[in-house]
Amino acid sequence: MPDLVIDVRNAVKQYGVGAASIFALDDVSLQISPGEYVAIMGPSGSGKSTLMNIMGALDNMTSGKYFLDGIEISAMDENSLSIVRGRKIGFIFQSFNLIPRTSALANVELPLAYQGIKSAERKLRATKALEVVGLADRMSHEPTELSGGQQQRVAVARALATRPALLLADEPTGALDSKSTHDLLDLFDQINEAGRTVIVITHEHDVAMRAKRTIRMRDGKIISDELNSGKVA
Amino acid sequence: MNLFEIIRFAFRGLSINKLRTSLTTMGIMIGVMSVIVLIAVGNGSSKAVQDSLDRLGTNSIQIRSGGGFVGGGGIQGARSRGRSSTSKPLTILDAVALVDKVNAPSIKQAAPIANATATCVNGTSTSTPSTFSGTWPSYFEAANSRIAKGTYFTNDDVTQARRVAVIGNTTATELFGSENPIGQVVRCGGIPFTIIGTTEVKGSTGFQDGDSIFLAPITAVQNSITGFVPLSSIIVEAKNSKVTDLAQAEITTILNTRHGIKAGGTADYQLFNQASLLTTSASSSKVFTVLLGAVAAISLLVGGIGITNIMLVTVVERTREIGIRKAIGAPKRIILAQFLIEATILSLVGGLMGVIGGFVGSHFMIVGVQPVIVPSSVFLAFGVSILIGVFFGSYPASRAASLRPIEALRHE
Repeated sequence: MPDLVIDVRNAVKQYGVGAASIFALDDVSLQISPGEYVAIMGPSGSGKSTLMNIMGALDNMTSGKYFLDGIEISAMDENSLSIVRGRKIGFIFQSFNLIPRTSALANVELPLAYQGIKSAERKLRATKALEVVGLADRMSHEPTELSGGQQQRVAVARALATRPALLLADEPTGALDSKSTHDLLDLFDQINEAGRTVIVITHEHDVAMRAKRTIRMRDGKIISDELNSGKVA
Repeated sequence: MNLFEIIRFAFRGLSINKLRTSLTTMGIMIGVMSVIVLIAVGNGSSKAVQDSLDRLGTNSIQIRSGGGFVGGGGIQGARSRGRSSTSKPLTILDAVALVDKVNAPSIKQAAPIANATATCVNGTSTSTPSTFSGTWPSYFEAANSRIAKGTYFTNDDVTQARRVAVIGNTTATELFGSENPIGQVVRCGGIPFTIIGTTEVKGSTGFQDGDSIFLAPITAVQNSITGFVPLSSIIVEAKNSKVTDLAQAEITTILNTRHGIKAGGTADYQLFNQASLLTTSASSSKVFTVLLGAVAAISLLVGGIGITNIMLVTVVERTREIGIRKAIGAPKRIILAQFLIEATILSLVGGLMGVIGGFVGSHFMIVGVQPVIVPSSVFLAFGVSILIGVFFGSYPASRAASLRPIEALRHE
C-alpha cells in the first residue's frame, strides 16, 4: 500500500484570466494517509468544494500535481479518469445523486456494472453493501420512495460497493435532519474503523468534530490543519 | 461491460419515461406510415389509369364525324348536302374502304357504329343502355370487348338483319336481375331483340359505365330503330399498339381521298386514340404521385424535427444523470453506446410500426383509390427515420458525455 492516499502538490485552480481572474485554489498542498478520517471546513467560496472536485477527479486544475493512491491523476485523459473514479473513489453528494426511477439495488449495482463485474456477483456485493448501511429491506424501492436519510445511505452503499481506496463526501449531511445526520455520521465512523479513508467536506462544526483531523480553508488557501482533540490520528 | 448489458441499460432508460418513449415512437411511426400510404395512394391512382388503359386496348382508334351539323335522313353512301358545309358523313362504305391490305397494311379491322337511344323492356323491368349501338362482329375485337356468356353475333346475322343482341352486365342486371339473359327476348323501342350473349365486366371508365351497353347487328338497328342515318363513328383496330400512329396516317389518307379533302384542308372527321388520351391522364396522375410524395416527405421532415426535439430534450434532461454515471465510473463510450442504442431502439420500433401501419393502411380504399405500395418508399421512409433518430439521438448525447463530470453534475 502506498504511503499516501491523497497527495496534492501546489494545486492552483484559476477561473478567468488577467485582472478579473479568481483563484479558487491558491497553491494548496495536502497529504492524507490511508485510514485517516479528515474533515475539510470553510465558508462558501473558500475553495473546499473545488478541492473536493479535484481530489475526486471530477475537475481538472490549472497547475499543480495530484497523486491518488500513488497514481498521477493530473496527467490522465478523461477515459482513464472515469476508470479511476469507478475503482478508487466512492462519492457521496449533498443531493444524493441517485439515478431517478431506478431501484436502490440497481443504483448500488451500477458502478460495479461499469467495472464489468458479472451480474450474479454484482447483486451479491450490492446486497451486502445495502445490508451494511441497514437498508436490506428497502432494496427494491426507488429513490422517491425513500426518505432523505435512506437515500443518502443508498449513496453510501453505492460508494462502498466498489471497495474504493477513498470515500469522498461533499456536504453529506446538508440535506438531512439531525437524526439522519447522526445515523450517517455513525455509519462514517464504522466505515473508518473498518480501515477506509474518509474525507468529509462540510461547513458544520459538529460534523467536522466527528473526524480525526480538521483542515480549515479560506480564500483558496489552507489556514489550519490540526488533529481533533480526544481523537487519535 | 458487454453489449448485452448496455442494451439492458438502454431498455431500462427507455422504460423510465414511458410516455416520452411512446410519443417519440409514435412520431416516427406516423411519419413513416404517412410516407408509405401517401405514395401508395398516388401510385394506386396511376395504376388504376394504367389498368383502364390496358382494358380499353391501346390499339383501337375511333373515327367520328367532325364536320359539324350533318343533315339527317341520308342513305348509305349518300352525299350530305348540308347547308354551306361540304362535309360528308361517315358511311359503311368508309368502314369497308378502311379494311384494305394494300393501302392500309397497319389496319387489322374496322367496324361501323350506329348509335341509338332506346329503352328496353322486359316485363316490368326497364333499362336505357348508355351505349345502344348497331355494329359489325369485328367491333368486339376492335373495342377489346369479350363475351362472358353466350356468343357474338355473326356476319350472317348482319347480312340477314337478325334482331339479336349482346348486352353488358349492367344492362343484363337491370333487365333480368339474376336470371340468365341468354335466349330471352326484350323489346327495345318496341322492337323485340333476342339476347345471345353478355360481355365481360369492363368497369366504369371515367364518366361512362362500360357495362351499360346493348350491341346488335347494324342492319337490325338501322332497319328498325334509327333508320338509315349516317354512322355515329367507326372503330378501327390497328395490327398492334406500335403501329397505331401508322394506322392513323392510313385512315387519314383513305378518308381524305374518299371525302375529297385536299392537302391542308380541314378534315370533316376526327380521330380519337384512347391510348393517347389515357397517356395524358397517366402522366397527370404521375404529377399527383409526386405531389403526394412531397407532402409525405414534408410530414417525414416534420416528424424528424419532432424526434430531434424530443431527443435533445431527453439528453438535456438527463445531463445530470450522465454526470452521475461518469462520477461513479462510466467511461464515455459506454454512456454514448447506451444513448445510441436507446435512439436506435426508438427509431427502429417506430419505423417498423410505421411500415406495418403503412401496409395495413394501404389495404383500405382511400378517396376511391386502392393504394399500391411502392417498395422503394418503404425503404426510404424507414431509412430516413432511423438516420434521423440515431443521429439526433447520439449527437447531443455525445456532447453531454464529453462534459467534465462536474459540469454535468451542476446541471439542473
